[in-house]
Formats: sequence, structure tokens, C-alpha cells
Amino acid sequence: MSFLMPLRIEKRASDSQVMAVLSPLMAMILTLVTGAAVFASLGHAPGEALYTFFILPLSDVYGWTELGVKVAPLLLCAMGLMVCFKAKIWNIGAEGQFIIGALGGGYLALELAAFESAWALPLVLFFGASCGLAWAALAAFLKTRFAANEILTTIMLNYIALNLLLFAVHGPLKDPDGYSFPESALFSDFTMLPLISEDYRLNISVFFALAAVAIIWTLMARTFIGFQISVLGEDASAARFAGFKEKRLVWFSLLVCGALAGLAGVSEVSGPIGQLNPYVSPGYGYTAIIVVFLGRMHPLGMVGASMLLALTYMGGEMVQMDLSLPKSITGLFQGMLLFYLLACDFLIGYRFVARGHLTGASDGS
Amino acid sequence: MNRIELHNITKRYPGCIANQSVDLVVAAGEIHALLGENGAGKSTLMKIIYGVVKPDAGHILWDGQAIAIKGASHARDLGIGMVFQHFSLFETLTVAENISLSLPPKTDANMEALKARILSVSERYGMRLDPDRQVHSLSVGEQQRVEIVRCLLQDVKLLILDEPTSVLTPQEVTVLFRTLAQLAAEGCSILFISHKLDEVRALCDTATILRNGKVSGDCDPKVTATSDIARLMVGDETPLNENYVKAEPLDSRVSRLMVKQLSARALDAFSCPLRDVSFDVKSGEILGIAGVAGNGQEELLNLISGEQTSAASSVLFDEVQVGRLGPAERRQLGLGFVPEERLGRGAVPNMSLQDNTLLTAYQSGLLSAGGWVQTNRVVSYARSIIERFNVKTAGVSAPAKSLSGGNLQKFILGREILQNPTILVCSHPTWGVDIGAAILIRHALIALRDQGAAVLVVSEDIDELYAISDRIGAICDGRLSPIDSVSKVSIGQLGQWMAGDFNGPELSGVTAASQQNNERELSV
Amino acid sequence: MDLDLLLNVLFATIRTGTPLLLIALGELVCEKSGVLNLGQEGMVLMGAVSGFIATVLTGSLLLGVIAGMMAGMLMSFLFGVLAITLVSNQVATGLALTIFGTGLSAFLGASYVGVGIEGITAWNLPFLSEIPLLGQVLFSQDPLVYLSWSIFALVYICFRSTRVGLTVRAVGENPEAANALGMSVFTVRYLAVLFGGAMAGLAGAYLSLAYTPLWSEGMSAGRGWIALALVVFASWKVQRVMLGAYLFGAASIMHLVLQGMGFEISPNILAMLPYVATILVLVVIASDAGRARLSAPLALGQPYRPQW
Repeated sequence: MSFLMPLRIEKRASDSQVMAVLSPLMAMILTLVTGAAVFASLGHAPGEALYTFFILPLSDVYGWTELGVKVAPLLLCAMGLMVCFKAKIWNIGAEGQFIIGALGGGYLALELAAFESAWALPLVLFFGASCGLAWAALAAFLKTRFAANEILTTIMLNYIALNLLLFAVHGPLKDPDGYSFPESALFSDFTMLPLISEDYRLNISVFFALAAVAIIWTLMARTFIGFQISVLGEDASAARFAGFKEKRLVWFSLLVCGALAGLAGVSEVSGPIGQLNPYVSPGYGYTAIIVVFLGRMHPLGMVGASMLLALTYMGGEMVQMDLSLPKSITGLFQGMLLFYLLACDFLIGYRFVARGHLTGASDGS
Repeated sequence: MNRIELHNITKRYPGCIANQSVDLVVAAGEIHALLGENGAGKSTLMKIIYGVVKPDAGHILWDGQAIAIKGASHARDLGIGMVFQHFSLFETLTVAENISLSLPPKTDANMEALKARILSVSERYGMRLDPDRQVHSLSVGEQQRVEIVRCLLQDVKLLILDEPTSVLTPQEVTVLFRTLAQLAAEGCSILFISHKLDEVRALCDTATILRNGKVSGDCDPKVTATSDIARLMVGDETPLNENYVKAEPLDSRVSRLMVKQLSARALDAFSCPLRDVSFDVKSGEILGIAGVAGNGQEELLNLISGEQTSAASSVLFDEVQVGRLGPAERRQLGLGFVPEERLGRGAVPNMSLQDNTLLTAYQSGLLSAGGWVQTNRVVSYARSIIERFNVKTAGVSAPAKSLSGGNLQKFILGREILQNPTILVCSHPTWGVDIGAAILIRHALIALRDQGAAVLVVSEDIDELYAISDRIGAICDGRLSPIDSVSKVSIGQLGQWMAGDFNGPELSGVTAASQQNNERELSV
Repeated sequence: MDLDLLLNVLFATIRTGTPLLLIALGELVCEKSGVLNLGQEGMVLMGAVSGFIATVLTGSLLLGVIAGMMAGMLMSFLFGVLAITLVSNQVATGLALTIFGTGLSAFLGASYVGVGIEGITAWNLPFLSEIPLLGQVLFSQDPLVYLSWSIFALVYICFRSTRVGLTVRAVGENPEAANALGMSVFTVRYLAVLFGGAMAGLAGAYLSLAYTPLWSEGMSAGRGWIALALVVFASWKVQRVMLGAYLFGAASIMHLVLQGMGFEISPNILAMLPYVATILVLVVIASDAGRARLSAPLALGQPYRPQW
């Protein structure tokens, strides 16, 4: 009967663990419903369109391997971001760190075009990750030395990174034999990541991502530095009171993220792309932010979230081909997902109760 | 006629009942006390009268008429004024701007006229105020005056004051009481919320006592025995006899904590500079430092804990210069620290007691080489805190924020004491804590002292400092008073020290208070 | 540098600074009320695409400007529902708004890329535009520039000497106290957020209808973020927002000057200038952290929900 009565909002005595898990699922359902409405308003049968977007891309083995191709960079960036977000360091710079990793690694790969050795690839990967780390180090330096807001500095560094990449592929790294396209030469086979199977584009970077999940999980759950990062994020004054070195933790978190995002970037150019071009990232660094939130900052949740968001990229391409809708519908779905998630998270701390219904326990302490 | 009558007021929050069938009657021109321990439901009841909290049940009569108070502005229109315990002032606005915001929109048309009114009203009630000062530059006592004057400017018929004396020096309390008596004589009703019996006895005509959200009795505080009122406040189970033993005087004790000519600049406009502070705490003694909030306590404690650093030689632990060291290094040298903010500094609200144990006890063998957390050891450490200090909680995985103030304080103090500190610094140890926990906490501090630790207690609660300290002093405006044995420092003397008068003979209350104001104006 | 080049540069500085001024004014009001809306970039893009589409469809520039503002307000309303009513984390919600706005604007505008329109043209103010030098720089601008000055004046007066300004500041400094005094924190914050949305939308419409009359994906190029930095740079003071906006405007058109002086530098390198300048500004302000604490609204970024 209570549904007939007006509802009022009440703060829960303690946060609901159930809702913390349910909220991402509710957000997904709401996104699907809204997505159906969007498709319908564009004159497409909603069921069919959703099928094209979410199911069709995974209807064969190729689809699943392509999912892996996109999960790897997303998950690498997201694991790094998670460490920062746990410390409430709002590093929005995974995108820039990704691009600089790709640019740096790509530069070395081009330099090593004639270096036919098994060492070429590890060198390229290491250098790419180091470049990402160095890019994040800039943000860490600005934050610890000048207390500059990291949201703004990392965003600015993203734009600078993108322009550096554009400069490189239009100028110094442009393929001299490349018909004036802004692209580098193709990398040599010695600097390319080994494929898992010759028939598909999936390469071993997906194992890098899984290793990152295991390592970051252990770091956060079992080590004292992970504990300190969590405390810093939950309650900075408690961290100071306990004597944790805040600046050191900021450096550590940002460098971890930079290295992982840089590795993701170099793996992308040494993998599916195979050269440098202006489009090395379809916004993986930004999408990884959604992966972190949707995955509840939990490694397993983030694995699932990265698969879902990887799917939105494939779905976007699929509806572009099949329904001739713009590919940018991907961003729409991603944005909606995050919006709905934030809205549903309200139910973690609050609940709706019928007006007049009293919920107080009996003791008065 | 009765100004306000509350009947059967009930208010529930998830997990607790703040007020249960509360009746309260205040007559016109009466000074009525509302007494009760922390958490008895006093503040909720006040917020209900002021319209910012809606009761779940019950009704209110105002001047004999049934009424539903819709919100704070409605309450103000009726003539209800409220002085909050945590002031509802805007620090970066001026006194006049603050006051204009609480007046009906039309009346502030002329700021100059408002300033003149503020001056005349504040003079008339003996609470001088400068309307152009920014609120953050005022002392706590002056900020309280802003709140009171704000109420007086709108023909207040019922003035509610929530624990108004906790932020005042004894002399300032005298001034406040004189103002309140003057107001009551003019017909204004006053509802005075407190947990201090002697104040209520000095000021109030009648008293209503709350316990666990219910009215446990009404009385005339001037005739009822203190012990009877106390019993109504705390119930039958809690012991009232506290009986703390002082340390035996031993002149040859070594100084464990020494602070030498410690000065520090104010970090920003909201903090207080420290000026040439020197003192020592000896092994086996409790040193109490009194003072009104915002006079440099926070800065001093940060400099001792290592959250702020100073010249190396300004702070010494057992003769070792520690002024440059951070909190972790100082803990290693034997420092334990119980901060004023329990949630959000002493403990991380959303983390479990287990994690909150690790927070400061990580140097007590809870980590293995390589920085791995030894979970088993952390759990057993947390369990021993809970057992030895009688912490009531669901278990080691309960989040810190789920504990009551008293239980959380016992946990934090226990965590520090189990690390066997040679120096323990404790800020407001029993603020907002129920009496049972307060007694346990004080005895734990004394037991630690008797083991030979040096204990420094900083508090606004003078009674507590007298009860447990061996030596006592006061801090005002970043300067420290002389320090002497508690038996040699009278309350009047301590009040003068708290007001910043460290030299002269004992003065009357008014002069000491106004002298403090002069000093503040010079220093800003 | 010859006089003509200087006048051109000053003229272009004002044009380039105008969207920054608008966004920053909106965000300033929003932050004064205690709400940090990091979604500026998304709102600007939505304003730009909506304004452009409305103008293409109706042929009216005025309707385009109005549509841009409405779109910005709609976006900010979404933000308000989440961040004010549902007390979500303001940082995450702002990011979500930017991601959403970037995606939605690209989606809506996909078929309008490459479409051309007749943009908003300059409007020489009678008499004033004939003042030598000054008239050419200040009073031969387009109407939206004049509008931005009027809005600036309005906001300036509001915070200087009105109760509305005082109320917004009070809510942004201590929402509990404001609530206890009977102000509606919700209403004040919603209005401030909506104003911010309207300004961001207006800035977007300015970009797609006046500055470069066309639509291209992500055309705001980080202006929303730069404006956020501007508010910090201005220590939440209205007059300094204007100064900062034009300084940034000048930094962004440095390539004009350099080209005019005969330097050859890659356009991609020059495009970095505003972003590098933003970082430098953040570094410079940080040297004065104490003052920042006094000027930043004390409750900035903290959700508030009264307990009933």
C-alpha cells in the first residue's frame, strides 16, 4: 500500500553495501532504456538497434578478440587511474599519458626500424611506459611543488600531448614516402607486439592488462603503501596526523598511473595500429575514468566495466555501418552510463520511505 | 502567560530516537535551563523550536496559540532567536553583512542605518561590536556577541542559547549572564542549554532535565541538590564520584617534553600565531593548558605532533631535538597523540577499526619487511584495544563512524596508550563524551602518568583540567601564561590568564574581558 | 610592431577573450554559491551545437543564441539534479557532464559538419565606434561582445552591493548557517548553476555563430577548462575574471603576432600556448595560497543536504 503514499527521502544509518553493487547494474539498465528511446526517436526499431549495438559485435570469435583489443588499453589506464582516485588525486591525464607513451614508444620504434633484435620490443615498451611516467611526473611536480590543481594541469597536459603528437606526425616523424598523410612509417616487425593468434588482431597486451589488475589489486589490498593511499583519499588530515608522507604518495600514485597509461599507449601503436597517426587514442584515457567509477574502484568490477565500455566502442562502429548513425553515439552511451551511475549512487546513502512511516530503532542513545 | 509550550514532541532518526514525548514549558521573562548530557536530545529539541527540524509527532503552543513552525525565518518572525553552539556566521563577511542577512529583505536597504542600530543595541546590552570587522578576525566570544546582537535586533521574545559558555572565559561568562538577566527583566524568555550545573544554578529560574531523549525531571535549580540533578542527568548506573589522585610531587623528575621559545607565524587569516611559548612536561605528571578555542592551541599541538615543523631546538623529546621531524619520526621517539577531531583526523570515518588501528600503530610490529600488512596482528591489536578500554562496538570491522563519541574516543586513546608512549598529548579528551566514558578516559590518563609518562592535556573544560592536572596554565592569543601547581592557581587567576593578563593582580571580570579585546584589536 | 597590427591584435584579443569571459563569469557565480561545476566544456559544446543547428534550421541568429543558452541551462540542470539534489560528488558529476556533452554534441552535430552559415557580424556602435583607435578596438565588435560586458557589469554590481550577491556568498561559505537563517540553499545553488549553464551555452553559441561560424566536433578546444583555471586565477574576484579572460585571449592569438612579425612556427606548437599559459598561471597563483584560502568560497565542492 505504501506505494500509494508520497515518498520522502531519508538518510540511511549506514551506507548500503547492496546498493553499492546494484547501482552500476541499475545504471546499465537505465542506459539501455534511454538508448532504446534514442534509437526509436531516430526512427530505428529499438530492439533491433540495441541488438546491433550490444550483441552483434560479440556474435563471433573475431568480435570477442576485438573486445580484448579494446579492453587492454582501457584496463591499463583504469588500473592506474584507480590508484590516483583512491587517493582522491583527480588525475584526468591518462589520455595525455597514453598519447605521450604512444609518441615516445613510437619514436623509438621508428629509430629502431633497422635494429633486428628481440630486444627491440622490450626497449620500445619500456621507453613508452617511461614517457607516460614522465608526463605524469610533470603533474606530480606541479601538484607537490606548487599545489596546482591536478584536474586542470592534467587536462592541459592532455591538450599539449595531443598537439605534440600532431606536430610529430605532421612534421619530424611523418613518413617521407607517405603521400603527405600525417602518419609515420609502419613499425618493423621487431617492434610489434606478438599476436595471440595469426587470424586476429588480439596481442599479448591483454596479458599486460591482466597482470596490472593482479599487481594493483595486491598493492591496494595487502601493502602498507596501498593502505596509505586509501587513507590519504578517505581523510587527508588523518593521513597527516598518522605521519604519512603525502607528497610521496602523490608522486607514487601519479607515476604508477603514468607508467600504465604510457604502456597502454605504446602497446596500441606497437599493436593494432602499427604506426603513429593523429588518432592513436579514441579517448581511452577519458573512458577509463568511467571504467573506474562503474567498476566501483574494485579490480574485478573494473574488468567487467572495461568490457562493457570496450563494447560501446564496437557498438558505435557497428551502428555506423549497419544503421548509418554517427559513431559518436559511443560517447553518448558512455556519458549516460556515468550519469545514471552517479544518480543511482544516491541510493547508497539515502533511501525512499513512505511519508509518515517511522523507521527509528527503539533505543535512544 | 506561557511564552512557549511543547507537548509530546517526538523526533526519530534512523537508528535512534532523539526526542520521545518531550514536554517543555517556558514562561514569559523566565530563564529556563535545559540540562542533559551529550546526546540527550537537547540540540534536536532546540532545532525543532527553531523550525529547522520537523518533529514526527507532538504540538507546540506559542503565546497560547497552537502553531507549526515552518522554518527558521518563520521562527524569527515569531520572535524566536537562536544562538548556535557552532555559530551560524559567515566568516568572510563583516559583522553588519552577517546581521543584515538574518533580517527581513526590506530592512537592510540602508547599511549605514543598520550599523548605527548594531552599535546602539550592542552598547545597551554591554556587548560592544564593530560592525565593519570581518567575522573571522573576531575572538570566539565576540562572534557569540554577533549571534546574540543579531537576535536582539529583531524584537526577540524567546532567546535560545546552546551551550553558550563553553567558548568563554569565566569573566566573559559573568558579562553574558548580566546581559541575559537584563533581557529577562525586560520580558524576554530565555532557554539556556547546558550540561554545567553550577552555571544553571547561578542563572536560571527553572530547569528541565533530559536523559536519552526523554524528560527525566523538572526542578528549581536554586533549591534542588546538585547530586539530585546530576542523578537525573546521568541515570542510576553511572558513578558520580570521580576521585582523581594527583601525582606525588617529585622535584627531581626529568623533563620528557620540552618546548623552548617556540614561535610560529599564522599560516592564514584564520589561524593564530604562536609567540615565544616555553614549557616542559615532566615524567609522571599531567600538565593542563586551558584557553578559549582559537588562541593558538591547534597551532601548538600541530607543532608538537609534527604535522607542522619548527626550528629543531624548539621542541625536545627526552633531550632530543625533534622540531624538524615529521609525525612518524616523533611517534618512533615515544609520542602518542589524541587530537581534538576524532572523526576526520584521529580516525578515518569510513574505515574499519582494524584499519584505524593500523593508522597510527604501524610501527608496533604490524608490518613485515617489504611493507606487507600483517592482517592477523592488526586484528589482534585492535581486539586488545577494544577489550582493555571497554569499547562498545560490533567488532573490528565496524567503521569508525558507527561508534558513539565516547566509544570512539576510548578506542583512539587506547590505540595510543597501547603503543606505550613516553609522551602523550591529548586535546579535549572528553569533549562530547558521556560521563561514563569520560571517567574511564581520565583514569586511563592518570594511570599512564603513574607509569612515568609525561601527559599534556589541552582543553576548554576548566573543571576537567582542575580535576586531573598536576600543573596548570592557560594560552591566550598565542602566548602561554605562567604555569603553576593546580593547588596554587585559583579559578579567578586562571580566568585572567585565559583572557591574556599574565602579570597583574586579580582583576574584576569586566576589566579582564575588555583588556583582552584591546589586545586583540592591537594584534589584528 | 606597427599600429595596424597592434589594433588588429587588440580587436582579436577581445573576440578571443569573450567566450572565456562568459564561461568564467558563469562558473564564478556557480562557485560563489559553493558548487564546483567541472562540466563547462560539455555545456559549451552543447551550446555551440544547439545554437548552430537552431540557426541552420530557422535562419535566425537570435534564435540560435537563445537555443545555445537553453541547451547550456538544460545541461546545467542535469548537473544540478545530480550534484545538488542527489548530492553526488561534484568532481565526478562535472566530468560526467563534460563526457556526456562532448558525446551528445558530436552525435547531434554529425550531419552539420561542413555546413556554412552567415555568422553574427560586427555592430558599430554609433558615435563610440568613431573614437579614434579605441572605437576601432572596443566599439566595432559584434553584439555578443557588448552583451558580455553588460553581463559582467551585472555580476560585478550584484556581488558588490546587493543582497542577492550577499546571499550567494553566504550559501557558498556556510550552507548550514544559511539554511539555519532561512535561506534556501537548494534554490540559490540551482539558480547559480543554471546561470553558469546559460553563460557556458552563450559562450558556445558565440563560438559557433560569431567567432568561427561553423560547427566542428570538440570545437571549444578546452576553453571550458581554461575558464575554470581563470576563476582560480581571479581569486573569485569579478573584475579580475575580465582581466584574465583578455590576457588569455591575447595568449591564444600570439600566432597572429608572430606571423605578423615574420616567424615560422608549426601551428601545432602555437596551439599549445594557451594550455601552457594556463599551467603557468596555476603555478603563479599557488605562490599565494594563503590569499586563495580567504577568497575561495569555504564550502566549494561540498554537497549539502539539510537533515530533516
